[in-house]
Amino acid sequence: MQTVFSIGVDALAYGMVLFVISIGLSVTMGLMRVVNLAHGAFAMIGGYIASYAARDLGLAYAVAVMLAVAGTILIAIPIERLLYRRIYGQPELTQVLMTIGITFCIIGIANYVFGPTLKTIPTPETLREPVSLGFRTVSSHRLFVIACGAAVALGLWYFIERTAFGVKLRAAVDNAAMAAALGVRTQVVYAVSFAVAVGLAAFGGVVGAELLPIEPYYALRYMVTFLVVVSVGGAGSIPGALAACLLLGAIDTTGRYLMPEFGEFFFYLAVIAIVWLFPRGLAGRAK
Amino acid sequence: MKKLAIAALAAALMGGVAHADTIKVGVVGPFSGPFGLQGKNFKAGIDAYMALNGNTVGDDTIEIIYRDIPTADPAQSKALSQELVVKEGVQYLAGFYFTPDAMAATPLLEQANVPMVVMNAATSAIVTKSPYVVRTSFTTWQTSTPIAKVAFDGGTKKVISVVSDYGPGVDAEAAFKTGFEAAGGQVVEAIRIPLQTNDFSPIMQRIKDSGAEGVFAFLPSGPTTLGFVKAFNENGLKEGIKFFAPGDLTQESDLPALGDAALGLTTTFHYAVSHDSAENKTFVEAAAKAIGNPAELSFPAVGAYDGMHVIYKMIEATGGDQDAAKAVEAVKGLSWESPRGPVTIDAESRHITQNIYLREVAKADDGTYFNKEIQTFEKQGDPGLKAAK
Repeated sequence: MQTVFSIGVDALAYGMVLFVISIGLSVTMGLMRVVNLAHGAFAMIGGYIASYAARDLGLAYAVAVMLAVAGTILIAIPIERLLYRRIYGQPELTQVLMTIGITFCIIGIANYVFGPTLKTIPTPETLREPVSLGFRTVSSHRLFVIACGAAVALGLWYFIERTAFGVKLRAAVDNAAMAAALGVRTQVVYAVSFAVAVGLAAFGGVVGAELLPIEPYYALRYMVTFLVVVSVGGAGSIPGALAACLLLGAIDTTGRYLMPEFGEFFFYLAVIAIVWLFPRGLAGRAK
Repeated sequence: MKKLAIAALAAALMGGVAHADTIKVGVVGPFSGPFGLQGKNFKAGIDAYMALNGNTVGDDTIEIIYRDIPTADPAQSKALSQELVVKEGVQYLAGFYFTPDAMAATPLLEQANVPMVVMNAATSAIVTKSPYVVRTSFTTWQTSTPIAKVAFDGGTKKVISVVSDYGPGVDAEAAFKTGFEAAGGQVVEAIRIPLQTNDFSPIMQRIKDSGAEGVFAFLPSGPTTLGFVKAFNENGLKEGIKFFAPGDLTQESDLPALGDAALGLTTTFHYAVSHDSAENKTFVEAAAKAIGNPAELSFPAVGAYDGMHVIYKMIEATGGDQDAAKAVEAVKGLSWESPRGPVTIDAESRHITQNIYLREVAKADDGTYFNKEIQTFEKQGDPGLKAAK
């Protein structure tokens, strides 16, 4: 029984890390219909900014997180205006080629500027202590990540489903021409959504850095994981992405605990099974 | 195609011998990509050696030709080595960070009359693949065996071993098990985890549940090591369970990222940048200058530095002529004072015999972290070859 609880805690924590990091990609792919392979690169930029702010400038963790999100969005704005705007509505292959190109450029620049070594983001003392849950200890950072995941899920759901902007966004996604005819400034809507997605990527990169450390190849190393989460959850669906992350986190953690020598076998087996049963993901909508 | 290659090779060889004023050394290693730092260390070691000893041996000028192979890729390694021999006319092949890359190039050596100096690849069997292979790095068996003794003598009788599921990991597991059980200890469980593991918490829970008093770990350096060590601390294992590993886990370039989490970890390895000797001081100074950022300096640099020493001795012995057999013969039993301490090329195995040090990660006065050597195991050969027999 203790083992079950113990696996449960780890699974929840790992699932939430996956969620925080991948949800931005779900937004770009599902709502904006852009296959953004540079998502990991934006997460990495966030991580580097936070690492620089907290480690080299000695700023507080919370300030570093905010700087990372704001800084990444600032860097992303010209990229959106000059590059992404051209690929909205283009065939997927064009989008893939361009975004993977952006990824390689960012990897090269990161390697040149920050060097190939790992960068850590120092966490405050309170997030470093192991916390006892009675039957086991867990790092307080994990609890923090779980809370962040829950907050992001709720906030984003409210933003898309309950605000006037969310209505415009959904309208622009479903029929851009009609939305524009009705007075929705689709370019602004897209720009803001892109900024939100990039901000989420940066936020995920920073809070997930304890599990997925920041280094130049971050952008490529975890790309498959992000894409798997989005395709299993169904692009654009927040509950879908949450369910996918928790499910995949649970399967991966259980497999790793009970039969580590099978590697990621169970993880990908589950992915195959889910995509076979739900070709559009757990909560995907028909096009 | 093959005939053509041989003909070209013959032509290249004749050309090489006719005017032997420039001797080319081909170095194959990861100079870009995720392992670019290791290649950078190769280059720093080579540059340091040539800065300190000049770029000539006798009348001959030494020229280094680098070939980049970003990740382990045997086919590419063979192709690049062949190209170096045939097109560039190199007299020596050197470098090789990954075992499969070194293995793939060994069949070329005899035919091409070229010795290979392995500067890193750490699987015992490489030296058996060709009589022209000499190694100046270490083997996983060589660095993992002493830690078993350290663990047992320190009072730990039950150990769980956790390794990444790939060649060197399996080697490390076998080396530790052999050493530890010979001493009288017991390996209660041996876990192999996939290379792409991000979350180590489940593994930590298993370590706890196994009832072991210590854990022996081997993982590739970089993100995996960082994740493992962090999880070890955060899950509260540092109190109660002892940590043993070979020094790959605490290589100097990873220490700033590991930070306080690594403090007190004990590892055994052949080289620490902090090694206290005059030779090492000279080496670190030159290599740090070559690499640019001293914090990036770690063990592949010393393998490359000593590799260059061996190549210089080979060139000296052959007078610049291309004669692989004579070159290799000349360095068998060669002893010298390396930055890591006294070393010898074992005449039988052509692998380097060296001191292995027990180190503990400590914090210097200026806030940087380093591997502090606390015990020396003198003149360690490679137990891996014997184990394979």
